[in-house]
Parts: sequence; structure tokens; C-alpha cells
Amino acid sequence: MNTVIFRTIAPLIVAIMLMFSVYVCLRGHNEPGGGFIGGLIAASALAIWGMATGVETARKALRVDPLALAGAGVFAAALSGLASVFTGSPFMTSIWLYLDLGETSVPLSTPMIFDIGVYFVVLGTITSIALALQSGEES
Amino acid sequence: MDHLALPTAMIETPTALADWVIVLPLVLALLGAALLLMLRQIRRMPALLAGLVVIAIIACEVALLQRIAVEGPLSMTMGKWLPPFGISFTADIFGAAFALAAAFVTLIVIIYAEGERGADERGDGFHALVLLLLAGVTGAFLTGDLFNLYVWFEVMLIASFGLIVTGGRPLQLDGAVKYGFLNFLATTLFLLSLGLIYGLLGTLNMADIIGKASTANPAALTGIAALLLLAFGMKAAAFPLNARLPASYHTPPTVISALFAGLLTKVGVYALLRAGAALAGEPGYSGTGFAIGRHRDVADCPAGGDCGDQFAPGHRLPGDRGIGAVLAGIALPSEGGVAGAALYVFHAILTMTALYLVAGLIERRTGQRDTVQMGGLYAASTPLSVLFLVLVLATAGVPPFLGFWPKLLLLDAGVQQAMAGDWADGALVVALLANAVLTLIAGSRLWAHVFWRSGVEGAVSEHETVTLRTPGVREQWLGLGASVVLTALIVLAGLWPNLLFEGARAGAADLVDPARYIAAFGLAEATP
Repeated sequence: MNTVIFRTIAPLIVAIMLMFSVYVCLRGHNEPGGGFIGGLIAASALAIWGMATGVETARKALRVDPLALAGAGVFAAALSGLASVFTGSPFMTSIWLYLDLGETSVPLSTPMIFDIGVYFVVLGTITSIALALQSGEES
Repeated sequence: MDHLALPTAMIETPTALADWVIVLPLVLALLGAALLLMLRQIRRMPALLAGLVVIAIIACEVALLQRIAVEGPLSMTMGKWLPPFGISFTADIFGAAFALAAAFVTLIVIIYAEGERGADERGDGFHALVLLLLAGVTGAFLTGDLFNLYVWFEVMLIASFGLIVTGGRPLQLDGAVKYGFLNFLATTLFLLSLGLIYGLLGTLNMADIIGKASTANPAALTGIAALLLLAFGMKAAAFPLNARLPASYHTPPTVISALFAGLLTKVGVYALLRAGAALAGEPGYSGTGFAIGRHRDVADCPAGGDCGDQFAPGHRLPGDRGIGAVLAGIALPSEGGVAGAALYVFHAILTMTALYLVAGLIERRTGQRDTVQMGGLYAASTPLSVLFLVLVLATAGVPPFLGFWPKLLLLDAGVQQAMAGDWADGALVVALLANAVLTLIAGSRLWAHVFWRSGVEGAVSEHETVTLRTPGVREQWLGLGASVVLTALIVLAGLWPNLLFEGARAGAADLVDPARYIAAFGLAEATP
């Protein structure tokens, strides 16, 4: 698995996959995609990075514990639901903000924050599983 | 959209800030679990933070309970969509009281665990998983939607799965596989029945189901109710579906077993109670599905006293779960039966956890997990022996302890039914009494073995052959202190049961006649 070709091409693949995962996550509200599938793509990217450079290097590159990322995701998702307390609506009611940037209007919303939370939960959980499996393989 | 004559789908009225007490316990537990997952490596931090979060949850639930006591069931439907489109959280007295008991027990367990946990266990995510478990349990008690109930079952399953394997001994993994497999099976059955309910009624909202069940095909409904009974029976570990309990509950550290004993099976029972009320069809709680459960419970009751089996030498310490007694209450088609069953669940959450915690203290003192090897503890620790005796009596239902009152309600309801000429309920009364006697015999026998006997079982039992460990100061204070607080609460609740009686009666009245429960959803005017 650990060939020169793979190691050379891995950074490129990983970078593209991570970019693509963000794109898929953000467009998910009205089109195919979303936090879950985006998180899966990002986790696969990190798994590839682990295969190419070794688990320890991948963990260092991540800087934070992947499970802590998952925790942050749950936290963000729960907070996004709490925001509706200020509008006098029930828990998890969506709030929308349309940012006008000249030509286009960018819709921002609490479901988007929720989706980003889901992204991190999936990314953190799957990455920690994948890295744990790989470190088992190496030893 | 008025020209299309569509019914309203959105909630137009603003939500009062005070209504948030119904989701806050759950949200706080989830937020706490997430935060602890991030901060679990910091020393002392997880226990402190977890304790504070649970105290906040308890405060919310006390406020919720007060509000429900005054105004009746409270409901909030997420995202402003009217039920059955939006997911509702709805709490009546039972749900809120059970959630409160669960949170309190969790607080006690967190304090108790501090006495036991060593420095090497730091960062294992114990507190995060405990809060996640509490989130699942709270969600299950407060939700008003059957599919949402399934979600909380899953959350509970994930957390309990993680807790069982914490430590990673081979025995724990073995227990986790059995526990996990049987739970997945139950969950699959639950999902199957959910699909059938949705196919039949077109809704999974509990209040909506109550409204639509009366016009549905009774044969199909009975089949679904039977399937649900099977699924929840497995979750509640009712005989003969309790195979996973002896296989898994003794494998994790006692403090985790204590949490499981207090919380997990009780959620199954509550689900049974709630789903039964929803599927019963017409007000009056003479649900068809329960006729099936009913005749089986007669066999279940003495088996519920299967502490005789679990208390037996060679096994680990306690284990009566009294699930049989609760099911007996559900099977009795009267308000008194339901009230008794609910009070029993409340009592069991507190008492079972306390019993396991004290058993954990005993195991640490003796260094043994097998009662055969124990003895001579009476001379070594008087508080421990008193605690254990009190809890055994409370479990068996000896007055004036807490366990007596739910059994009194159940017996009263059973005798009334039997007088009305229903032989099955007469048998139920006998079974309940047999259960109490068996539990008392097994418990007092255990007390005599562990505390009274000087040495280990066998020829040398008269001689002091048991080596006891002296606990550290910290372990003594936290472990024994937490157990004493919980036991004191059980004793006090047993001495002044009036409030509990009132609560159980009011809750049972709402369950038998769900008009107030349905009105809380805001469905009364939405669906003709």
C-alpha cells in the first residue's frame, strides 16, 4: 500500500477531498449533500493521510483529538437549536439571515450550523475509528 | 395559501420562555456530554463539570414537575411545525418524575465514582458517557413521539455500550457483545412495529395515535401492540426476555452496573406504559394488547423475584429488578394499577441504584465479587450493614420503606379486580405476595451471609477467615456518603409518601383519560 506513487499523490488527493467535503456540506440544504456525507468524505481524506504518512503523523497533522472534534460538533449542533430561544419559537426552529453581497445573496441559517455540527461529528467519529484500526494494523 | 384550504401546519403563537424547561434537561445533558468529550483529559475537570451539569438538569426538572403539577402535561413541538409533522416533547407527571429520579441517581453515581476512580482512569470518557446515557434516558422519558423514542433508545444503547467496555477486560467485551446483540434485536423489533404503526395510522405522535387508534382495525392494532410488548419487554428485561441481564450486568465496574440497574430497564417499562396508553384506542385503558401481556405476568411476578437466582451463592451481589411487579400494574386495567406501576418504577430507580452502590462498597471492602467468600462485615462496618439491611427491606416492600407503597397500590388494585370476578388478577395478587416473600428471604439470607457470618462459607464459617480491606478516607467519604444520601432519601420518601401518592394518582388519571395529554400538544383544535 505504501508505495512511492501513493505517497506522492496522497497530499493532492487529501487536499481536494477536504475542499470537496466542505463544498458538499455547504450545498446540502437544498441539493444532494449535507453534513453527514461531507463528514464522511473528510474522514476518508484523513484516513488516506493516515495510510500514506502513518497514524502518528496524521494525528499530529490533525492537532486535536478526533473525538474532541466530534464533541465540538455535537456542541455546535445543540447550540444551533438553542438560538431560537431569542425569537420566541420552540427549540430547533430555524433562523435565516440573507447576506447581500453585491450581485448575490448568501443565505446563512441555523440549520447550516447544525449541518456543520453533523459534519464534525461524523468526521471526528469515523476518523478516530479509522486511525485506531490503522494503528492496530501497524503494530 | 388559504385558497387551497390546507390545514394549518405551523405554530403561530409565540413560545413562552418558561416552556423551555421541557427541552433544557435534554439539551444540557447533550451539551455537557459534548463538552466533556472535549475536556476529558483535564484533571478533576470532568467530574466537576458533570456534577454541575446534572445539578442544572435537576433544577430544570424540578421546575418542570412543579409546572406540570399545577397546569397539567406540558408540550413543546420542535421547529414550529404542528404535530404530527414536528417532533413533540411532552411530559406528564410520570415522565418528569422519572426523569428527575434518573438525574438525581446520576448525580449520586458521579459523586460515588469519584471515590473509586484511580488516576490511571483519567481521560477514559466515563463522565461524557454517563451524561450521554442521561441524555438518552431523559429524552426517552420526555418525548411525545414514538420515533423520537427510538432515537433516545439508540443514544442510550451507544452510551451504555461504551460504559460496559470501559476498562477493556475480556469479560466486559464478552458481556458487551451479548448485551449489544440482544438490544439490537429488540430495537429492530421496535422499528418494525413503528413501521407498522405508521402504515396503519399515518402518524407516530403519541397524542395523535391516541386519537386515531380508536378507528383503526383492532386486529392489526393488537398485532402491533404484541410486537411492541415483545420489543419493550426485551428492553425492560422482563421474564422470559431477560437473558441479556445475567449475561452482561455483572461485567462492568459496580458503579456502572448501578447506573444501568437504576435507569435502563426502567425506560423500557416506561415505554411500555406510554405506548400501551397510546395504542389502547379509546379512553379507559382497556387496551387489547395488554390482554396478551396480562396472563404472562402471573408467571413473571415470582420470576421477578428471581433474586433467588441472582442472589444465589456463586453469583455476584444483588439483582431483584421487580420488573414483574411493574408489569403486573400495567396489566391491571385500572387507575390504581397504573399508579402502582409508576410508583414502583420511581422506587426501583432509586432503590436498585442504591443497592448496587452499597454492594459495590461491600465488594471493595471484602475484595471479593462472590458472596461465598464474604463474611464478618458487621463487626467491621456498622453503617454498611445498616444501609444494606434498609435497602433489602425497601426492595422487598416492608413498611415503612419506599417499596411498600407501590406494592400496596398494586395489591389494592389487584384485589378489587379479583373481587369483580377476574381470576387472573387474583393470581396476580398471589404472585405479587410471593415475589415480596421470596425477595425478603433471599435478601435477608444474603445479609446474614455477608455481614453476620464471621468467615467464608463452609467448615470455617465460625472463624474469622475473611481479610477485609480498610478503605481510604476519600473513598470512604465519597462512596459511603453518596450511598447514605440516596438511602436517606429512600427512607424519607417511605415515611412521607403522600406527595408520591398524589403524583401517582394524578399521573394515572392523565394516562387513563388522555384528554389533558392530547390538549397539551395543541392537537385538540388542529385535528377535528
